[in-house]
Amino acid sequence: MAVLDDGAWQAIRLTLELASLTTVLLLIIATPLAWWLSQTRSKWRAPIGALVTLPLVLPPTVLGFYLLVLMGPQGPLGQLTLALGWGTLSFTFTGLLIGSIVFSLPFAVQPIQHAFEAIGPRPLEAAATLRASPLDAFFTVALPLARPGLLTASILSFAHTVGEFGVVLMIGGNIPGQTRVVSTQIYGHVEAMEYAQAHWLAGGMVAFSFVILLSLSLLRRSGGGFMR
Amino acid sequence: MSAEMEAGADMNRVRLALARSEFAVDVDLDLPARGITVLFGASGSGKTTVLRCVAGLERASEGFVRIGGEVWQDDANGVFLPTWRRSLGYVFQESSLFEHLDARRNLEYGLRRARMPGGREALEEAIELLGIRALLARRPAQLSGGERQRVAIARALATRPRLLLLDEPLASLDLPRRREIMPWLERLRDQLAVPMLYVTHSVDELSRLADQVVVLEQGRTLAVGPVGEVLAQGDLPVLAGEDAAAVIEGVVGERDAHWHLARVRLDGEDGIFVRDGGQAVGARVRMRVLARDVSLALEEPQRSSIQNRLHGIVEAVMEDVHPSQALVRIRCGGQALISRLTCKSVEELRIRPGLPVWALVKSAAVIA
Repeated sequence: MAVLDDGAWQAIRLTLELASLTTVLLLIIATPLAWWLSQTRSKWRAPIGALVTLPLVLPPTVLGFYLLVLMGPQGPLGQLTLALGWGTLSFTFTGLLIGSIVFSLPFAVQPIQHAFEAIGPRPLEAAATLRASPLDAFFTVALPLARPGLLTASILSFAHTVGEFGVVLMIGGNIPGQTRVVSTQIYGHVEAMEYAQAHWLAGGMVAFSFVILLSLSLLRRSGGGFMR
Repeated sequence: MSAEMEAGADMNRVRLALARSEFAVDVDLDLPARGITVLFGASGSGKTTVLRCVAGLERASEGFVRIGGEVWQDDANGVFLPTWRRSLGYVFQESSLFEHLDARRNLEYGLRRARMPGGREALEEAIELLGIRALLARRPAQLSGGERQRVAIARALATRPRLLLLDEPLASLDLPRRREIMPWLERLRDQLAVPMLYVTHSVDELSRLADQVVVLEQGRTLAVGPVGEVLAQGDLPVLAGEDAAAVIEGVVGERDAHWHLARVRLDGEDGIFVRDGGQAVGARVRMRVLARDVSLALEEPQRSSIQNRLHGIVEAVMEDVHPSQALVRIRCGGQALISRLTCKSVEELRIRPGLPVWALVKSAAVIA
């Protein structure tokens, strides 16, 4: 018997696809959100900030439950997708993607927000005195200076998505090639008492997570340097 | 010069009013078309706030700012240009270079955006003026504090601003770095046709760099005028505790190689000898004369070790910090000196405004 069977490889491929897509979409969503949170003096800052952080403390089952209700045929999102002729999103890859984005949102927003806050107002003021419009200054000064934070956010989002289980089980189920990722695959193996298969996948996850954390700490030590 | 100053006064006007918890700013300034106007005051006097309001980085509640004939802010008519639409250069107290760009790309950042005709030439001129050509390939982290500030000044000049704002540009530097950068600032003052507004609380920088001085205290204008006049007022509380001194200007008339002295002619025929610092004959120099180095005599002394004597008229007698002493302001031609005397001398010589006297200057230091 091969070390990893076809099902395992399929699960790994799906996991990597899900994590990559989640990371890309999260960067696009989290960067403006983090920028707003770092700059605003609005009274909405605290409540929005808390809302973004919520997935960090909620049990994944709670999150998954609400997402399931939201995306189901009776939920507002489900009704919308049904009206558009897309069917419901629960138990699909797209549904899983939405769940992953919500679940990992704080892991993307917080490092970026901290990076923006660490820049302080001075470089942006300097950019304004050099004729850069606010949007121009954001892209040419704030984003490059926040690069270490963006990198940390990408790695954390990716790793966190690879490691999710509860949300996947709640809204994705366990459909091979559709929503069966590595963590649910391992769960399946254990349920079926296939410990050898479970060992290989679980060991792989441990190694993967270790490498991620190691590279993060090395990245921090080099200060995410500006030396290219 | 005076015609130019009047034209400038019409072009550059700053009127600001705003309330902060610590102070309320209320100023009304006319800036000459060129030269350095120093905003001088203790910390908390509102001078940096004034500068930030002129730049639009902070918003005055009531403001009118017109620079180079262009209105940047006019609250009476609802005009407020954001900072990035104002043609200004700003040098911050601490380094504000972009850490992710090397010096050259820092310099080009503003140049590209301002797109002023002649911007490239202005940048080349600034690189020369500030002596930073050898530093262009370096990152800010590889530059010393003084080098960083020189690059920051050049970066501001590359946009060909109508106004250059400098917020204590030397305050974050140690003394040797300050001495290193001061001559570059003097070159800017003498060679650029751009008005500069310079914030400092250092009497040294004020004496060397200022053409015009605005003394601020708790957001209000305490005194305005040419540097020589303001320093010779002698009764400004912000200057109390400092060594009272006047600043006078003259032109190097001749150099005496034998005695290592240079004779500096003041506006009239009068002149004084100073240590020869190597300045060329004909060069304009600025000297600082401490009040304690000036004595007064009612008749011209014939045989005295003090050879620098200037004829003048007493203009004012003021209280000094200690009750035993007085500060006397003497007008010598177009310039003013101050002398520290004991009150006893003032009484016995009957020194009073209008009295002709001889000011004996024991020493004068060329500062620029």
